[in-house]
Amino acid sequence: MFSLEQITTGIHQWLSNNFSANVVLVLEMTLIGLAAITLFALLGLVLVYMERKVSAFIQIRLGPNRVGPKGIFQTAADTVKLMLKEGFVPDGADKFLYKLAPFVVMIIAMLLLAPIAFAKNFAIWDLNIGVFFITAISSVSVIGILMAGWASNNQYSLLGAMRSGAQIISYEVSAGLAILTIVVLTGSLQISEIVKSQENGWWLFKGHIPALIAFVIYIIAVTAETNRAPFDMAEAESELTGGFHTEYAGMRFALFFLAEYINIFIVCAIGATLFLGGWMPFHIGTWEGFNLVMDYIPSSIWFFGKTFFLIFVIMWFRWTFPRLRIDQLLHLEWKFLLPISLFNLLLMTFIAIKGWHF
Amino acid sequence: MITFLRQYFLDIYQAVSSLLKGMKLTGYYFTHPKEIITEQYPDNRATLNLPERFRGEVVMLHDENNEHACTGCSACELACPNGTIKILNKFDITPEGKKKKAIDTFVYHLELCTMCNLCIVACPTDAIKMAQTFEHSVFDRSLLTKKLNLPGSKLREGVE
Repeated sequence: MFSLEQITTGIHQWLSNNFSANVVLVLEMTLIGLAAITLFALLGLVLVYMERKVSAFIQIRLGPNRVGPKGIFQTAADTVKLMLKEGFVPDGADKFLYKLAPFVVMIIAMLLLAPIAFAKNFAIWDLNIGVFFITAISSVSVIGILMAGWASNNQYSLLGAMRSGAQIISYEVSAGLAILTIVVLTGSLQISEIVKSQENGWWLFKGHIPALIAFVIYIIAVTAETNRAPFDMAEAESELTGGFHTEYAGMRFALFFLAEYINIFIVCAIGATLFLGGWMPFHIGTWEGFNLVMDYIPSSIWFFGKTFFLIFVIMWFRWTFPRLRIDQLLHLEWKFLLPISLFNLLLMTFIAIKGWHF
Repeated sequence: MITFLRQYFLDIYQAVSSLLKGMKLTGYYFTHPKEIITEQYPDNRATLNLPERFRGEVVMLHDENNEHACTGCSACELACPNGTIKILNKFDITPEGKKKKAIDTFVYHLELCTMCNLCIVACPTDAIKMAQTFEHSVFDRSLLTKKLNLPGSKLREGVE
């Protein structure tokens, strides 16, 4: 059976047999870095293509269909175009910050990749505060966006960045509380522990209604955190001509664009890990035969399947709902999502203490 | 307090149900990719489905006897907001020896036309109409100045 764990152990053994321990460490770090960059490039290509096709079908269109069969090389062609474009810096921009900002956004997206379990025993760094690490790092990404907006020396960029700041900081609260709801159930912040606790059923089903509410709140909050429609106030093409990346072109713009899609992937991966069991196959109680059949599907396929399902849901949101106004956005967070998630956390704590969950 | 809470949860219920309604519709579109509205233009030239009100250029209608309905009244020329139409008249001599006004040339500048339809509305005899052709690109702009009445055409009997 195909398993990513076998590949990594195989590589590790081969390296250990041929090199000393320190060299092995350096080589493995390099390999992981290369793998992460490859994953980013692939995800960028796949997700942009997926977004364009999903939006097309939702709007009864065809989407890209000229470059390659069904347009599958469209995003590769776009990438080549962006790489060949001139990367200029506008006059009056803060040159250092302007050039730094896309990399800050990108590096934060890369850091978030560390604790995610892609398959059984397959994570870059399974640290014991994984969920906390993710919530802490994801809030730093606002700095990159603020940096880009400020350094561009453009009122639209600054407005977009300020909106993005208000939005990300507000929605982080309810996203964090939704994550805490599950942490209360598992009693652990480690991703592998959280996945293991869902062996006999996913938290979405085991946690009764509070888990469902937490899941909905999490999806809404991360849609806002990744600056996607209907919460794309930071870009808001019709109001701010592109928001914080108005002044960016070429590869620097491409990095922002890529970071947006990587962030979507990461938040969906975390959502899948917390609520849908990560790489854990779909198990129903004591149905031995059914569980065995589900176990036969590789864990990486389960993980990516769940993640892409959540990504599809978020794309579905984007192409269905109209954009909110900034006051409506903050109204939704502070008057609806936050009180509900606080009560929900209280309820979940009560359930966890009483042991009413399955 | 109770009324406030009722209103609060009513708001949530209404918002969620209306959002789900929208998602149901777009989900239906996503899962039923049969009815595509995209016109794959250069490929489907033969079966192009243009809307009824699509306006491409002004043409003059001629029947099988090469006769048109234009009396040369210049109403279209006056109606045109940007001087697209220029009517040059001539005077025919009828068999009774009277002079009679008729069009010599109906000049139409396609490059100036905004397809506003005002000339068609102004025409008292319905001599001109909007055609649905739209592939107008040429290499020389003088080709866009068109003469709408066909050579040798004359006014249909009984129009006036």
